[in-house]
Amino acid sequence: MTIIYMLIGISLTVAVLFLTSFIWAVKSGQYEDDYTPSVRMLFDEEPTGAGNKKSGKGEA
Amino acid sequence: MRESASTLVDEKEHCYHCGDECDSTPLYSDEKAFCCTGCQAVYELLYANNLCTYYNLEAGEKPGVTVKSEEVQANQFTYLDEPATQNQLLTFQSETLHKVLFQIPGMHCSSCIWLLENLFKLDNGVIESRVNFPRKEISVSFHPQKTKLSNIVTLLHKIGYGPTLNLSDLTGKKKKRDYSINLKLGLAGFCFGNTMLLAFPDYFAFGEEVKQEFGHFFGYVSIALALPVLLYSARGFFESAWQGLKQKHVNLDTPISVGLAALFLVSLWDIISGKGPCYLDSFTGLVFFMLIGKYVQKTTYDALAFDRDYKAYFPISVTVLEKGQEKITAVKDLTPSKRIRIRNHELVPADAILLRGSAFIDYSFVSGESVPVPKVAGEIIYAGGRQVGESIELEVIKDVSQSYLTQLWNNEVFQKEKSYFGVGTYADKVGGWFISVTLLIALGALVYWVPRETDMAIKAFTSVLVIACPCALSLSTPFTLSNALKIFGGQKFYLKNGDVAETLAKADTIVFDKTGTLTESTQTDITYQGNELDDYNKSLVRSVLQHSTHPLSQGLYSFLTQKVRPGSEYGEVAGQGVQGKVEGVLVKIGSSSFAGSAQLMVGASSLATRVYVSIGDEYNGVFTFSNHYREGLEQLVKELKQQGKKLAVLSGDNDAERTNLQRIFGYEADLRFHQSPADKLAYIEQLKKAGHKVIMVGDGLNDAGALQMSDAGISITNSVNGFTPGCDAILDSGSFTNFAKFLHFSRRSMNVILGAFIVSFFYNVIGLTLAVMGKFTPVISAILMPISTVSVVLCSVLGVRFVAYQMGLFKTKK
Repeated sequence: MTIIYMLIGISLTVAVLFLTSFIWAVKSGQYEDDYTPSVRMLFDEEPTGAGNKKSGKGEA
Repeated sequence: MRESASTLVDEKEHCYHCGDECDSTPLYSDEKAFCCTGCQAVYELLYANNLCTYYNLEAGEKPGVTVKSEEVQANQFTYLDEPATQNQLLTFQSETLHKVLFQIPGMHCSSCIWLLENLFKLDNGVIESRVNFPRKEISVSFHPQKTKLSNIVTLLHKIGYGPTLNLSDLTGKKKKRDYSINLKLGLAGFCFGNTMLLAFPDYFAFGEEVKQEFGHFFGYVSIALALPVLLYSARGFFESAWQGLKQKHVNLDTPISVGLAALFLVSLWDIISGKGPCYLDSFTGLVFFMLIGKYVQKTTYDALAFDRDYKAYFPISVTVLEKGQEKITAVKDLTPSKRIRIRNHELVPADAILLRGSAFIDYSFVSGESVPVPKVAGEIIYAGGRQVGESIELEVIKDVSQSYLTQLWNNEVFQKEKSYFGVGTYADKVGGWFISVTLLIALGALVYWVPRETDMAIKAFTSVLVIACPCALSLSTPFTLSNALKIFGGQKFYLKNGDVAETLAKADTIVFDKTGTLTESTQTDITYQGNELDDYNKSLVRSVLQHSTHPLSQGLYSFLTQKVRPGSEYGEVAGQGVQGKVEGVLVKIGSSSFAGSAQLMVGASSLATRVYVSIGDEYNGVFTFSNHYREGLEQLVKELKQQGKKLAVLSGDNDAERTNLQRIFGYEADLRFHQSPADKLAYIEQLKKAGHKVIMVGDGLNDAGALQMSDAGISITNSVNGFTPGCDAILDSGSFTNFAKFLHFSRRSMNVILGAFIVSFFYNVIGLTLAVMGKFTPVISAILMPISTVSVVLCSVLGVRFVAYQMGLFKTKK
């Protein structure tokens, strides 16, 4: 049954890792905006005239 | 610019850019119709840069923002490139990278996000742009050698997303949002989950064996997990209770703190003395649930600003004339005796004397007055007015912060954060009552058990204290109010926070501003007195008006509907009026000295806005512009009276409208005229001193003092993202007629809270009974706590939604 000490130790370590990543997420501002990323991920990347973005009319 | 003029259109076409209905002659580009050159220009710009995805993102909706035809002047934003301005505007500066944060009220859909994040395709100096949609903010990173701040602002204006740039960007500190609640909640949730796992052996009979062997170990791990919750997550409750006690004031956090402290200490003692099971799972759980309540309570409208002062309306810079040279200067450096030039649609930033030009000052943001006021050289123009028409020259006579209007903000009301403490929330009242009852019962239990069984006495006493934590009580208020907030939001009534809803429910006096609040700030009634004008004469008048850009002329032009006839010899006399010959008849329209007759000049009230008309050199009559009362006002006043509210009207104008208002409001209402902004503030203060709970409904900067002073200041606006003075709630003018209903709804929400309180008391009674009998155990606590929490939250949420449903306040689909 002493294995329980180890198991609890391991499980708590894993849990604390998750807690730390949560704290990191909050501190790095990921909770600032919970709407825009959901829209942003639906935008398609479009081929751009690399280098000269202002090169007049493109194809419609 | 191609304009394939097509006149074969039968139906009105919709603008490809903004979706508005086009006028009779739409403009064409690529066979797409546009309502104005502004929209067309945006389309052509986007087309040229391969950005037409913009139009395809939102199905069926045209995303564009109608671009005002007034072109952005080439050098309008050059002041932004001055180092002093940049230092304050930029959030990051280095040689190769500048960052800036703008607020863009115009963004409203995913297409907007897409376009704004593709700014780099329109200006190759832009490195990246990121949108924060809930806050309507965009953060732009750019290369300072490749582009300039002024270019970016000009570009944003060109595509219809002009950022707000104002004095407060320079003087105010940037607010940082507080994320500690997320951290506290996360930590409490984490500890709750783990302590509960460790407490499992206590819950079940088969855990006996495990408990024997690991009880101590589990106990100490639980303490290690509960400590951060006590020291960090639960800190807010203890602090608030302590603050309250210092002011000899018991709030709901007092019993919560007592309960939490008792839970923790009892558990600590039980573990150390090896007595067995502890309450730490309940402790962390309670903190977790109550923090959810706090988190819900924080729901607000990020994009709406409730704390604006005049600085949010005033511009950053102004054109100063020095020795005949124009120089752009920051408004905050403006000092008396400086000469300034104000162009069309610019704002007068300080009290000043008009030196040159004919001024037409639009005070609609200050007083709500819809008709611009004419001013002649030598007259004082108060800060906050917007010039309409030609550019004028002024001499500043007062500092920006000492002007007639802006000195309102020097009043001490603005110095402190508005507190809703004085109102005494329901929950706080109940909290005080709750703690006295539990303490009494605890003492009673102690007295009863001590002579019989000392062990039992201590157990009963601590159990009663443990149950004293009114977790469920503290949850019903935030859940009810945040739901009420959402329901109000669906009706275009935006509250700053839940406390405001509670204040609305308790108010007994409602004070209205007149101009702009009871009247429309965008609509005027035009009446005519004098010799009757027949259709022919009206069409003559309208033909002359057609050529004038003067705001009064345009107002009158759209009021008259007759056909326009061709004419000649049009002329506009600055500050006087317009004239012209139509079909040989001379028509003069303008001031009394220009188009009126001599005897009219005496006796006529100079306060009303009038336009005189003479036809064929003979005086004909006068058009009077007056404010238009909002639709449904009478019905609203009737409903408010039925609710037993005391009503009052404050007006900055003369008492010409007294009889009209008396008819609507009745004789018992207090009607006051000639009220200065400071008078309005003083009036509210006086009402509050007399013990009334006051709601102030206003719209302009001149109501800002009264809005701040009142228990709940509501600012009414035509566009929610437009400017509103500092207030507690923003009401869209379209929902004005529902105002009485909103008040009623907030009162019924309070009843929902009371109902949830009763449910929660039911659980507390069970807990207390068991506690007094000495039968309260950690297992019972672990069962009772989540059940009571969930049922109270359900009662609150369903209750308030049911009330809203009953009152028809659910968002109606278009």
